Amino acid sequence: MKTSTFTKSFRLLSLIVLFLGLFSTSLFAQSKKDFKVAWSIYVGWMPWDVIASQKIMDKWANKYGINVEIVQINDYIESINQYSSGEFDGCVMANTDALGIPAAGGVDSTALIIGDFSNGNDVVISKNANSIKDLKGTNVNLVELSISHYLLARGLEKNGMSEKDITVVNTSDADMVSAYTTPQVTSVVTWKPQVSEILAMPKANNLFDSSKIPGEIIDLMVVNTQTLKENPALGKALVGAWYEMMSLMNTDTQKAKELKSLMAKASGTDLAGFEDQLKTTNMYYTAASAVEFNNSKEIIKNMEFVAKFSFDQGLYGEGASDYTFVGIEFPKGKVIGDKENIKLRFDDTYMKMAADGKL
Amino acid sequence: MKRLINQVPSKTTNLFLGLLPFLLIAIVYISSSNARLAENPNDKLLPSIEKSINSMSKLAFEKSKRSGEYVLLNDTLSSLKRLAMGVGISALFALLVGVTIGIIPYVTSTVSPLIWFFSLVPTMALLPILFIVFGLGEVSKVVLIILGIAPIMTREIYQRVKEIPSEQIIKVQTLGANTWQIIIRVITPQILPRLIDAIRLTLGTAWIFLISAEAIAATEGLGYRIFLVRRYLAMDVILPYVLWITLLAFLIDFILRIFNQRLFPWFGKE
Repeated sequence: MKTSTFTKSFRLLSLIVLFLGLFSTSLFAQSKKDFKVAWSIYVGWMPWDVIASQKIMDKWANKYGINVEIVQINDYIESINQYSSGEFDGCVMANTDALGIPAAGGVDSTALIIGDFSNGNDVVISKNANSIKDLKGTNVNLVELSISHYLLARGLEKNGMSEKDITVVNTSDADMVSAYTTPQVTSVVTWKPQVSEILAMPKANNLFDSSKIPGEIIDLMVVNTQTLKENPALGKALVGAWYEMMSLMNTDTQKAKELKSLMAKASGTDLAGFEDQLKTTNMYYTAASAVEFNNSKEIIKNMEFVAKFSFDQGLYGEGASDYTFVGIEFPKGKVIGDKENIKLRFDDTYMKMAADGKL
Repeated sequence: MKRLINQVPSKTTNLFLGLLPFLLIAIVYISSSNARLAENPNDKLLPSIEKSINSMSKLAFEKSKRSGEYVLLNDTLSSLKRLAMGVGISALFALLVGVTIGIIPYVTSTVSPLIWFFSLVPTMALLPILFIVFGLGEVSKVVLIILGIAPIMTREIYQRVKEIPSEQIIKVQTLGANTWQIIIRVITPQILPRLIDAIRLTLGTAWIFLISAEAIAATEGLGYRIFLVRRYLAMDVILPYVLWITLLAFLIDFILRIFNQRLFPWFGKE
């Protein structure tokens, strides 16, 4: 008798699990009207905050008959993880993270908007070294596997060195500024706004920054390829709202100042501080310039560097045999890596629509 | 009497009932993992059990390409070293200070409020100060553990000293023992098993502080690894690491319990 009760309850339980599973998958299959995109604080992504607060997003979403919610996430990596697990339809991220997290995790992603590239926002700073070569044998504090790590790897490479010549100490970005004030920490790699604070300290040499590898650290709005395919309205609404904001920002008017002040305030600085960050950010204010970059040979070469770095650091997991494991697609059918496993797409379709005024 | 409170499960049922929740968790995990993997075979959020075992065995039995070391072994050793130092120093501190403030009224008046104050400070909030004072190296990690658990342990020992019947103390005084002898021969032997119990109680807290410290700045360690691979959502490493930490914590607790039973067989039988 006892066993039969057990078998019964076991069957019931398996049924419940099965039902729950089916139920949750069927939810995804329904055609969507409501979309969620995530953003986190960084100079190149602050426009999203104002796009949301100034109802520019609502205006474009209404035009295409959908709802788009723009959500701020405090922890950058957490926002990407949430996107990868399907909580969000889109998320802002840098190219290395787009390749290393969602794409390597099998989530087919499309770089819908190329917002900018870092042109000096990311810096290798040292107290006593005067060049990258002087770093040999020392500790460097940085957020491991991040853009900072990539920047350092490229800096070392350009000086004929490799990561074996130094010791990387994984340090949380929130603690970078206070870490720099302690005697044990001699060199750090980090990004703005922390960089501005550290460079203002008495002993701080800029050894290498992202302006020496232009176009390699790219900031993107990434959306789920499947979702975009089924709902082109999402792509149109996001791109439309973004370039409306870009053209509002890229003027010398009082309105542009107001908008930038809003962005400055939301990122914890003032207008002057924000303008300073913008100076080292190569913003693509017009859709045409972003499309041009998207179609350049340069971006293919740069993504190849990023793919090699990602593979060397083990971001592709144990199943990967070399850096071509994840395929990256560019306009006109150009692909680097595995054509059977394309998971990151630089697609200029929607940016082109914006450039041609067809949105 | 046939009431629910009087129905005791048999030994086998007991074992089965104990395992049942674990079994349920495993079933729910495997089925949701299968569902996600069916949609996307590279999904990282809920990796299959095989994938986790695979990743773990690579970390455990193959030398890392980057450093040429066994990653799991390296992480475990450096974490255990930090934990042992933090807990060891805390235990020593608790024994010395706890016994002294428990037995010498002048010291009680001076030190006890301070210990009480420190046991209430939320240690994590002190982190930024800790960095500036002790740097980002090994010292600050051990200090974080000590600041987190030593005051609590000391208060615990102080309470246990207070519980020793005053008759005992009076009796040995009539036999001519001085303060030092009372501390060494009467108080300390009775406190030692309680100290081990205090260690067992605070170990969980010590682990929390260890993992937190390793999350902030480190080059190896169990917490370091978890926070590093979190950057690319490698749940196939994170989940086994959490299980491994739990197993280690269980083993340490078990060893301490056996230790207490063997060394102080009288303890708990009074």
